[in-house]
Amino acid sequence: MRILERFGEGTIAFLEYLGGIFSLVGESIRSIVHAQIRYAETFIQSYELGLGSLLIVLLTSLFTGMVISLESAQQAVQFGMGSLVGGAVTYTSVRELGPMLTAVVVAGRVGSAIAAEIGSMVVTEQIDALRSMGLSPVRFLVVPRLLALAIMLPLLTIFADIISIVGGMWIAQAYAHINPATFISSARQAVGFDDVVKGLVKALVFACIIAFVGCYQGLSTRGGAAGVGRATTSAVVISIILIFGTNFIMSYLLFGTH
Amino acid sequence: MDASIYARLDDVTHSFGDHVILKNCSLDIVRGAITCIVGLSGAGKSTILRLLDGLIEPSSGHVYVDGHDLCHTPERKLVDLRQKTSLAFQFAALLDSLTIGENVGLPLREHTALPDEKIRHIVDDALESVGLRHIYDSLPNELSGGMLKRAGFARAIVTRPELVLYDEPTTGLDPIVTNLITDTILRLRQKLDGTAVVISHDLHSIFRMADYVAMLFEGAIIAYGPREEIRTSTNPFVQQFLTGSEVGPIPV
Repeated sequence: MRILERFGEGTIAFLEYLGGIFSLVGESIRSIVHAQIRYAETFIQSYELGLGSLLIVLLTSLFTGMVISLESAQQAVQFGMGSLVGGAVTYTSVRELGPMLTAVVVAGRVGSAIAAEIGSMVVTEQIDALRSMGLSPVRFLVVPRLLALAIMLPLLTIFADIISIVGGMWIAQAYAHINPATFISSARQAVGFDDVVKGLVKALVFACIIAFVGCYQGLSTRGGAAGVGRATTSAVVISIILIFGTNFIMSYLLFGTH
Repeated sequence: MDASIYARLDDVTHSFGDHVILKNCSLDIVRGAITCIVGLSGAGKSTILRLLDGLIEPSSGHVYVDGHDLCHTPERKLVDLRQKTSLAFQFAALLDSLTIGENVGLPLREHTALPDEKIRHIVDDALESVGLRHIYDSLPNELSGGMLKRAGFARAIVTRPELVLYDEPTTGLDPIVTNLITDTILRLRQKLDGTAVVISHDLHSIFRMADYVAMLFEGAIIAYGPREEIRTSTNPFVQQFLTGSEVGPIPV
């Protein structure tokens, strides 16, 4: 009986969460469609959320590209297929690791910051103050962060793809003596422009996940400082799980039918 | 509704989960008067302010402001109705990322098409009314508690609302600043020629500014009337509250 009760409670909580997220999505879309956008705030958020994440994204992508190159070059050279390393590194970076790793890093840095900032505003009654002034917290806070991430995450992904490939090329040359021209030629054969675009579509979807989950967790904060802590942790955990799950579904839909 | 009544709680019950905050609570807010609500901590005083501002909806009953029933009113309509009402929060609730001037001018920038110079002029005037003109460019975290509250008042009155709700404006302040805040509320009422509801525990301040006093106990209004009537009330609950005695019908 107790198990059934818990299952029921869990189901209700999940459906409430889902309803809350969809309501946030709906209100955000309505604000954007009606051009109720705070452009200056969107610019500031783009700078803080996007540019502030650039260094950490570049570092993680550089090392990821290097390690893929190291592992694949080792195998490829052993079997006399060193000329395929460029393709392997670029293929993996552009289609999977570039968008996903960038999103995970940004979810950790930005998703938590969004949840903490909005959560603090809830517990200090700033959100109530906005509503009391007749201002929508969604238009005021959620839409600028959503747009900032939707612009900056694909851009960060492009940088991540490039630095990852450059890192891979450097290791391929240093470790397996693979000529950069051979590496680039192999990369161009393995990956087309549509792959890059599909990777960026993934980044756009991940940006929406990070923004909506971070904002929703922040807006539903309850219980003072401890509540802000819980909201922050939940924002990161839920975003990362959703990013991984969505990445699989999108890979299947975008690349799986080939 | 009688024209002399600006707002009314009509048989309102409000609960958070299983916890009943207000139980069949009714209260009239007289137009043009300052009504102070007193009661024990956690009695539901702030809940009344939030109901009057349309921030929450009662579990049952009705809330009327200037003849409009706020219950079951769509959010978009509430946004319009909220232009007539302002809530000055207990800890001011100014936005951390904006300067005091930007905070105070926010409702004007968002709801009107006034040019920047005009908004600056109105904001300066509002800050002047609360004695804070020199802090336009300061950030909220640079101000003392009393200054923050007054800056919150300035934001609350900048749109010249008909009803201003003050949530514990004097709590946690020294006697001098408490007097200053009380004077400010009285001055703002004169300036706006409107209605105010004040929640406070400070009896000295309440009997200086109130036209009417309501006492809330266990979710219901148990005493209401002009301040002198309440001051001399023989109601044992009111007597115990006013004297601060530990002996009486209110359990300690």
